[in-house]
Amino acid sequence: MNEQPRLELLGISKSYPSVVANDGVDLRVMPGEIHAVLGENGAGKSTLMKMIYGAVRPDAGEMVWEGRQVRIDSPSAARRLGIGMVFQHFALFETLSVAENIALALDEKVSPALLSPRIRAVSEQYGLPLDPERRVHSMSVGERQRVEIVRCLLQSPRLLIMDEPTSVLTPDAVQRLFVSLRRLRDDGVSILYISHKLDEIQALCDRATVLRAGRVAGVANPREETAHSLAELMIGGALPTCSLAPRAPGEVCLELRGLDLPSLDPFGTHLEGIALQLRAGEIVGLAGVSGNGQQELLKAVSGEQAAPRADSVRLLGRDAGRLDAAARRRLGLGFVPEERLGRGAVPALSLAENALLTGYLGESTGMLRRGVVRDKAVAGFAARVIERFKVKCGGARAAASSLSGGNLQKFIVGREIDLAPKVMVLAQPTWGVDIGAAMLIRQAIIDLRDAGVAVLVVSEELDELFMMCDRIAVLAKGRLSRALPVTETSVQQIGVWMSGDFDAAQQAEGANHVAA
Amino acid sequence: MSRLEARPEPSRAMMLASPLLAAAAMLVTGSLLFLFLGKSPLHAFYVYFIQPLTSLYGIGELLLKATPLILCGVGLAIGFRANVHNIGADGQLTMGAVASGCVALYFDGVNAPWVLPLMLVAGALGGMAWAAVPALLRTRFNTSEILVSLMLVYVAYLFLGYLVHGPLRDPAGFNFPQSKMFGDAATLPLLKEGLRVNAAFPLSLVAVLGAWFFCRHAFAGYRMRVSGMAPAAALYAGFSEPKNVWIAFLASGGLAGLAGVGEVAGPLGQLQASVSPGYGFAAIIVAYVGRLHPLGVLLASLLMSLLYIGGESAQVELQLPSAITGLFQGLLLFYLLATDLFIHYRIKPRHPAALLARPTHPPTDMTETAAHES
Repeated sequence: MNEQPRLELLGISKSYPSVVANDGVDLRVMPGEIHAVLGENGAGKSTLMKMIYGAVRPDAGEMVWEGRQVRIDSPSAARRLGIGMVFQHFALFETLSVAENIALALDEKVSPALLSPRIRAVSEQYGLPLDPERRVHSMSVGERQRVEIVRCLLQSPRLLIMDEPTSVLTPDAVQRLFVSLRRLRDDGVSILYISHKLDEIQALCDRATVLRAGRVAGVANPREETAHSLAELMIGGALPTCSLAPRAPGEVCLELRGLDLPSLDPFGTHLEGIALQLRAGEIVGLAGVSGNGQQELLKAVSGEQAAPRADSVRLLGRDAGRLDAAARRRLGLGFVPEERLGRGAVPALSLAENALLTGYLGESTGMLRRGVVRDKAVAGFAARVIERFKVKCGGARAAASSLSGGNLQKFIVGREIDLAPKVMVLAQPTWGVDIGAAMLIRQAIIDLRDAGVAVLVVSEELDELFMMCDRIAVLAKGRLSRALPVTETSVQQIGVWMSGDFDAAQQAEGANHVAA
Repeated sequence: MSRLEARPEPSRAMMLASPLLAAAAMLVTGSLLFLFLGKSPLHAFYVYFIQPLTSLYGIGELLLKATPLILCGVGLAIGFRANVHNIGADGQLTMGAVASGCVALYFDGVNAPWVLPLMLVAGALGGMAWAAVPALLRTRFNTSEILVSLMLVYVAYLFLGYLVHGPLRDPAGFNFPQSKMFGDAATLPLLKEGLRVNAAFPLSLVAVLGAWFFCRHAFAGYRMRVSGMAPAAALYAGFSEPKNVWIAFLASGGLAGLAGVGEVAGPLGQLQASVSPGYGFAAIIVAYVGRLHPLGVLLASLLMSLLYIGGESAQVELQLPSAITGLFQGLLLFYLLATDLFIHYRIKPRHPAALLARPTHPPTDMTETAAHES
């Protein structure tokens, strides 16, 4: 190759006290190339990107920027070189305007008023519509991401790092983002695109470097590979599968009726008129982008936030709206929350102690006798969950915080399943979990359904919902759509609904039904 | 240059070593202070920390002073574990003293074995009642329990002051603001003739054991620990927060009330305008120095008691001001908070061997030139 790479990494290594994050990683990004960095969670993608962006320093290895060996000591040094990064989680001040937020984040001192025309110009040039005067709290996640991207573009970067940019976007917003990214590429900007969504990488990227366990497992042209072959490169083995056999659902186990709920979070989403029926032996998926009322709906179902009316949440034939989480669990509810550390598990406590967190309510576990904890029963329960769900850990006495995200998730899901719930609610069950563990968790959920449990899954991953659900509904802007059988809908339709546009469709269909 | 680096997991060794390091740092600073005051540090150190322990009487005094600290500290630790911050143990102690004092004075002259148990019960209830106010306000109106419990301390002081200046003043006491001396039946038995330490000390050891069992084995103790460490997890598991607040306040208030009984039915023998030199506040330090663990509280109480007694002998023998005791207490808490940093962080020296890709001082030329030329 006679063209000079924009960035070349040679033998980059980085170890943390307990783990080797990167081990001799080579990476070569050409000008005007969208280069994917693929890998399971914990493969070392984020550490590598942080080193390029100067937030973390490598233990060994060389970085060559446009033919010159460089050392990047800090993010501001990276920005001076022309490297920009759009983070997965945005650090924006909600009460400030777009221009004010960007002014705060720039290295140079510019007044927000002077910045506004520049923001408009850049956002128009790359098809990222943005009003500089708008306050951030009124913006959707997709719009907030645009603020971050525009902030990077104002510094005319020649390498843009994007860390899982689509994890928070609707399918439609993803397509628009891709158009902008392609325009940037045509202007000669290199893009490092971190993701584990294989279809997106195939649609967008010119080249892919696959990381596995901190090492480069291979470099491929994603367009010449199949999603399957890329996945196998990522996990270094054959891909497990799961299957959903048709099954007739039973009686209604969980019913939401006209549930209105104001959010406790000042920038949260209020729930309006939520109606849903969940039957025994079926899996209903709730699709939607985070921040559209998912947190509020889950709290209303789990009992962490009481509903205004007792009969707006009916659980196994009882009005449960005013019951607390423990009382609902006693009725037969199991719940896996989205946050594992700090909600589903206490980080500093051992797995055994975390088994007690909800296990004390299990009838058969015998963890308590007259208010005294029976350590043996607790440890036995934890050991059973660890074995049954193949949780990789240092035993029942290991602290929850010492487990990887996926393994802790397996433990929490396992704990809730082992308590034999009649209704199971799971939020983002495989979020941040590697493919192998995700398949295990999905299969366990399907097994629950086949055993007659009513299952509600809230997920942002449409593929996952279509893989494992009997019916899918969409939660958008605090309102819930009708639940459609998976066989009667499509990713496209659900994607449209995710922007909140399901009323018209439902009314039209309603009219059709009346006419018929 | 060294820098702090987060440890992958909190260090257990540092968790235990931190109070010892803090105590050592306190001693070093104290020695410097003695030096500046023109005292020989070694002699001052001897007077302060060794001399009190050289006689049986001194050890008796050590245990006597440790008793209210243990009782208050153990109770506070239970609440602190659940993030329920009772700062008003001194007020609860005072109200416990008042309640038991009222019993003692009401049954003055009755020489029956039930007087003392009744005083203990009354003292515990008095402390609980005073602690119930912040608990109620917190659970009903979400008031800050820190502020309410703290402010109630001064109300309790003033209430005691009113009683000993007015209704409970000893008519034959030459107008001194104090009550009649309690009778023998209303006084705690001494552990050994000639020492002042009394039956409240073994009682405090029982409280330590009880608290240890509660924290280690009781489900309520577990619930409170989870609430303190991860409030969202407690909500998720359906643990009731009001219940924790009530348990924390009633336990710590009751134990503080018992400490009050130990004072008025012990060394004081009567109600006085002040029944505590701030044991309830010192117990906050004790609880943290003791790592919120009942057995740790026991050890920390002994150390804190030594600070009180040493401070007194330093006043007498070295003519140091009485503020010296508070100063040492403050130093101890300050150093404890400082050394606690090392439980979660460690110092990472930048040694030259690891400089493959990074030099010692950040903006040397390479990055800079590259940036400027580009």
